[in-house]
Amino acid sequence: MTRERLRVVARERVGPYTLLRLERGSLDPGIPGQFFMLEAPGRLLPRPMSLCQAPPGELAFLIEPVGPGTRALCALEEGDAIHVLGPLGNGFDLDVERPLLVAGGIGIAPMPYLSDALGSPPAILGFRSERHARAAALLPDAEVVVEPRLVTELLPENPGDVLACGPEPMLEAVRALVPRAQLAWEALMACGYGACYGCVVEVDGHYERLCIAGPVLREAA
Amino acid sequence: MTVPILNASGCLDALVAPEVARSLDAFVTKTVTPLSREGNPPPRIAETEHGMLNSIGLQNPGIAGFLRDHVPRLEDLGVPIWVSVGGFSADDYARVCASIDGCDDVAAIELNLSCPNVEEAPETAAELVAAARAATNKPLYAKLSPATSDVAESARAVADAGADGLSLVNTIRGLQLEADTLRPQIANGPGGYSGPALRPIALACVYACAAAVDLPIVGMGGVTCGRDALDFVSAGASAVALGTILFSDPEAPARVRAELEAEVGRRGHDFAAGLRGASHGSTLSRPASAE
Repeated sequence: MTRERLRVVARERVGPYTLLRLERGSLDPGIPGQFFMLEAPGRLLPRPMSLCQAPPGELAFLIEPVGPGTRALCALEEGDAIHVLGPLGNGFDLDVERPLLVAGGIGIAPMPYLSDALGSPPAILGFRSERHARAAALLPDAEVVVEPRLVTELLPENPGDVLACGPEPMLEAVRALVPRAQLAWEALMACGYGACYGCVVEVDGHYERLCIAGPVLREAA
Repeated sequence: MTVPILNASGCLDALVAPEVARSLDAFVTKTVTPLSREGNPPPRIAETEHGMLNSIGLQNPGIAGFLRDHVPRLEDLGVPIWVSVGGFSADDYARVCASIDGCDDVAAIELNLSCPNVEEAPETAAELVAAARAATNKPLYAKLSPATSDVAESARAVADAGADGLSLVNTIRGLQLEADTLRPQIANGPGGYSGPALRPIALACVYACAAAVDLPIVGMGGVTCGRDALDFVSAGASAVALGTILFSDPEAPARVRAELEAEVGRRGHDFAAGLRGASHGSTLSRPASAE
């Protein structure tokens, strides 16, 4: 767990999302699915973001401006600097035989880095509009559906090792079809390192801190 | 004599982030209750314009699990351990304090008398302190709520009941609504308000209590930097605890300590403790110190 002030290298618009490219500093990019806490200028609390891309010397995060913190992050400009803490949490288990990536909306965020780590496996992406679907450019060979069509419609009969990230209803639907899927969940977090107990999710009937038990969870064998 | 920097209870898990705990002069545990608690349903936190709300609901393994699974690992940290004790009756407080009394490595007990997110014990704070006092010889710090018309009166009452120190303050109950639905952002409704917005309120409590009782005071509430810490010392705190700032900056203890020393040096003093009570002029005696 390292915290460092990183400079913004570039900011790219990807549909309604922003790809925020930061210099890497001495931070480790970590395992796909792990996340970083990004200082949101003007806000009290940092925001958790999974790593989207790890180009040499950089860490890149895909951010959807949905609230004051993410809007502040999307408004950063080249040369600005923010504190970044990470990598945090448990990423995807990369020891898989037949990976299939499934993502919905901003859930595409960890997929480019994950795809690189797994040698560009097949991927299914779902978005709520054509504008949001422009983010599919980050994962060139993926199959893409736009609502009202859903990613679960494209899941093959025998989907192999599913690694998924997206909104809760999508993850629930994927889990119902593929109980062994690795699912990257999202929760409000104040700290990202187990201190605040704010991000709990129910796991086996108990509240577990998603920041240290996840964010990637997988049903016990 | 320097000013010890602690964490506010519930704002750090030393077992997950031991390096952060080691940067403190003492580690204060999350509140331990007699029985294990799952805590409140999520969402549990909300950021406001000038602070944050939380309603965790005292999630903890219970005293038996704490003694079995946590204490042996906390002892390995090499940092003095303060255990925060909570409950729903005087018996609860007494029971947990008695269980901890034999732990050599526990330096002090902080009595959480004022959690805004769970049901309160029917007894007064002074009665809870008296029950705890009868159960342990450890130093007892009473953590008081700022939500009272006369916190100095509460301080006198817990001092008379046997408290060895005060922890000032706990969070104060607040509420924030979702813009679209106009429903509370936190599942349980209100939560404990912390962060910079709490600081002037906490400072006023420390100021009032330092004038009222001659006990060491751990000051806390929205401390983010050395200047904030100096304010608490000047108001009468003998130690300072960091809460919400730890969420955004795990390196805050070392930073605040260094900034506090610089603030004190700038004012021509050697040690921050020499400025204890400076805001009171010459009216405050200055012997009290935290453990």
